[in-house]
Amino acid sequence: MNLSLDLMLQLAIILPILSSFAIIAAGRYPNLRESVTITTCLILIYLVVNLYQGLLADETISVFWWELLPGLNVSFDIEPLGMLFALIASFLWLVTTCYAIGYMRSHNEKNQTRFYVCFAIAIGAVIGLAFSANLFTLFIFYEVLTLSTYPLVTHAGTEKAKQGGRTYLGILLTTSIVLFLLAIVGTWFVAGTLDFKLGGIFSDDVSIFVASALLVLFIFGIGKAAIMPFHRWLPAAMVAPTPVSSLLHAVAVVKAGVFTVLKVCVFIFGLDLLAILPTTQFLLYLAAASVLLASIVAMRQDNLKARLAYSTVSQLGYITIGALLATSTGVVGSSMHIAMHAFGKITLFFCAGAILVSLHKSKISEMVGIGKQMPITMAAFFIASLSIIGVPPTGGTWSKWYLMMGALETEQFIIMMVLMLSSLLNIAYLLPIPFHAFFPNLTAFKPIEQGASKVIQEKQKIDAGSDIQIKEAPLPSLIAIVVTALGCLILFVHPQPLFELATSVLTGRG
Amino acid sequence: MIAHLPILQVVIPLMAAPICLILNRSKLAWLFALIVSGVSCLVSILLLQQVMTTGVISYELGGWQAPWGIEYRIDELNALMLLIISAISTIVLFAAPKSIDKEIVKGKHTYFYVLYLLSLTGMLGIVATGDAFNVFVFLEITSLSAYALIAMGKKKQAVWASFQYLVMGTIGATFILIGIGLMYQMTGTLNMQDLSQRLPEVAQTRTVFTAFAFVIVGVCLKLAMFPLHLWLPNAYAYAPSIVTSFFSATSTKVAIYLLIRFTFSVFGLSFSFTTVPLQTLFMTLGLVGIFVASISAIYQHNIKHLFAYSSIAQIGYMIVGFSISSVAGLTATLLHLFNHALMKSAIFLALAAVAYRVGNVRLDSLRGLGRQMPLTMAAIVIGGLSLIGVPLTVGFVSKWYLLSALIEQGWWPVAVLILLGSMLAVIYVWKVVEVAYFKEPVGTPVKEAPIGFLIPIWILVLANVYFGIDTRFSVQVAQAAAESLFGGAL
Repeated sequence: MNLSLDLMLQLAIILPILSSFAIIAAGRYPNLRESVTITTCLILIYLVVNLYQGLLADETISVFWWELLPGLNVSFDIEPLGMLFALIASFLWLVTTCYAIGYMRSHNEKNQTRFYVCFAIAIGAVIGLAFSANLFTLFIFYEVLTLSTYPLVTHAGTEKAKQGGRTYLGILLTTSIVLFLLAIVGTWFVAGTLDFKLGGIFSDDVSIFVASALLVLFIFGIGKAAIMPFHRWLPAAMVAPTPVSSLLHAVAVVKAGVFTVLKVCVFIFGLDLLAILPTTQFLLYLAAASVLLASIVAMRQDNLKARLAYSTVSQLGYITIGALLATSTGVVGSSMHIAMHAFGKITLFFCAGAILVSLHKSKISEMVGIGKQMPITMAAFFIASLSIIGVPPTGGTWSKWYLMMGALETEQFIIMMVLMLSSLLNIAYLLPIPFHAFFPNLTAFKPIEQGASKVIQEKQKIDAGSDIQIKEAPLPSLIAIVVTALGCLILFVHPQPLFELATSVLTGRG
Repeated sequence: MIAHLPILQVVIPLMAAPICLILNRSKLAWLFALIVSGVSCLVSILLLQQVMTTGVISYELGGWQAPWGIEYRIDELNALMLLIISAISTIVLFAAPKSIDKEIVKGKHTYFYVLYLLSLTGMLGIVATGDAFNVFVFLEITSLSAYALIAMGKKKQAVWASFQYLVMGTIGATFILIGIGLMYQMTGTLNMQDLSQRLPEVAQTRTVFTAFAFVIVGVCLKLAMFPLHLWLPNAYAYAPSIVTSFFSATSTKVAIYLLIRFTFSVFGLSFSFTTVPLQTLFMTLGLVGIFVASISAIYQHNIKHLFAYSSIAQIGYMIVGFSISSVAGLTATLLHLFNHALMKSAIFLALAAVAYRVGNVRLDSLRGLGRQMPLTMAAIVIGGLSLIGVPLTVGFVSKWYLLSALIEQGWWPVAVLILLGSMLAVIYVWKVVEVAYFKEPVGTPVKEAPIGFLIPIWILVLANVYFGIDTRFSVQVAQAAAESLFGGAL
């Protein structure tokens, strides 16, 4: 096919949304429906990879759709950071779809058509958000993403799902409409434009007070970045089916949040202005507090998905910190962490879902000794945990390295301390899970107190019945788990393309 | 023919109303009313086109010259209002026959159409005329037919609601009449254009102040501004659904038109906003109205009540925009006037469909309707999202303008309050959504609304989205109207 790059850019946004109609039409035939989704995934990846090559070839790819209000355009433009995000989202969508086929069917979920439809729309919104050329366009897709994921969060339709959905929508809409929108209108009024521009759009004589206030509004307003105290929606969203939690609430939605934070810091404020704003320091400490507190809360969760959710809140704080450090190293670290954390966390969620499907277990205290039943899953869990912690041989090493370097460069020693301490906490709340799974007799690692008695019971059960069968997740799901876990390893050995994208964020085109 | 458009706009429905009575067959009367309303809509489109290209149209009734005879004066603002009223009336009428079959006693169907056309006449007349006394006459035509229409509701409360409205409405109309009388006494003229030139000479007299106070209070009663809103929720809730759909989109809007017309054109900007402390007063009342009405909406069990309170809150936004008294603020008000007409008519028409199938619109009876009436409920959801102000709906456009207008003046705290107010909309809209989509259905299952409902509902819903994406038309007209009002005032 000889499509122009501009056309591909538009297709990449429209295609997932259009595919939702095809999915509805094929709703009665599950196999056809899923092949529609998979085909769309593949075409999307093809488009995004082509765009990536276009970006590498230094081509200008931008599209203007229409003028919504005088001076406010809906338009798109490709730059490295957005490319990075789009690549991850489109690739992981394919993997997640594969996983979802296994998960949703063996879990006998209802309303699967609605599930795939909303999923496709959400991905379309993510791609649109990633390629937005201005803050206004980004805001539109930001809201579309919130609304399209609401039916996914409340998928189960139970009272608990309804409550979770309330929190989800309540916090995300409140922050975005009250704070984010206000910040956008304020920026529009002060700067006269909303176009993303390297180095920022504020003129030099902008009042420091106004800019500081806007920064605070932005950081709090971008609720998807889950900075405490606006993080409650993320644990609440865990009532959703696991594929949703893994792609949307470990990758797409939360990364859309931190991506927006990065975009605002680099392309609206500019690092020079950001560095001299008095509120930057305050927000930095707030993000650091978020990192630590979320890790501590994560340790106290017995539900695996809840623990992973709090871990995500904590890791998102890293990315916000990297952006607020206002140095190029910090931005590189943050950009890379978007990718590294995506691969690590999606694997962890996949594993959590696999355990739920095969063994019907969702509590960590019940997962002692399951390594024998699900060796592949738990090995993947182990690798992904290492990546989240940030030790070789996994990709997470690199991003944490750059974040540390950024903190060191700016002499933010408190931030350094926090990052190191948090890594320790990561070890404490992630590694015991695979250890207990593989070595049930290792009493030295006691899980949390309230689960202790259950652990003993579980162990007795295991001792009693030694003829344990291997009971892995359905094949499509297992493939997905292996792919993402390998991804964590490959990103360690071969981080070069990712690194180049991340460094070119600050220099303009790839 | 083209030259006579302003009068045709009013005369066609006026003449048509009694003909309905002669037709005396429900379906026939409906078809006739629909055609008449459609023609009105066509006339208003032509008028708007003419105004946008050639400027203000002045039409002298019976050839009598302006200050003595009655003048019909159409500028951008009037033309926009005429279009809103006649277009909504036409779309709503599409769904009328089914709905009134259920909600109005058989023998009264022709009366319904007669009254409907009369109230349409009245509203169009209020907007088209440039004569202050004529405003009062048409206001009474609308009000009287409205009282009767509301009383046609099947429930006993309808009569009581209509009586409440009658008392309040009559007080309002009387106040307006007193105000107009006082103005006439001071200036000897009733033509608005003429009044605006003569009033400044006598502006410092107590009589003019009194006239201003009477007119403003009277108009505010009509537009249900907090705290003069008490008649509205019951009137909306117990009126037949079609009437609610039509009135929610038009009647309060006409009153807002009058407010703008009297303050900006007749009394003049400097008198209304500098001599009288209207700004502080309206800003406060508008904001309090937003919060009180939104919170009341949250606690309603009848969905028509719920959205009626939401209407009062939305009127608060218009009042806030109005009180900024800048071109941007007025543009925001006019945009919201147009946009809110689209949202509320869509929502109330969808509720009419619910009432048609389920029989009532209590929150409880909505259980499980998300599955049983998916298209109707989707319409309510989209209308609700528009109320909240989600991007790509019309609600976002007017909110953006209102925010920009506030920030332009440096009123950040008010901007924050406005946004918090829209969060309350999230709560009451989601209350409806949760019941419709998460509760198990009770009682006998119902079918999707008939196509006669779905078409007009979805025309309105798509308009909500279309004008939220392509804002050229609405923004251009609203801006032109606001600028011409300020041009006239400066």
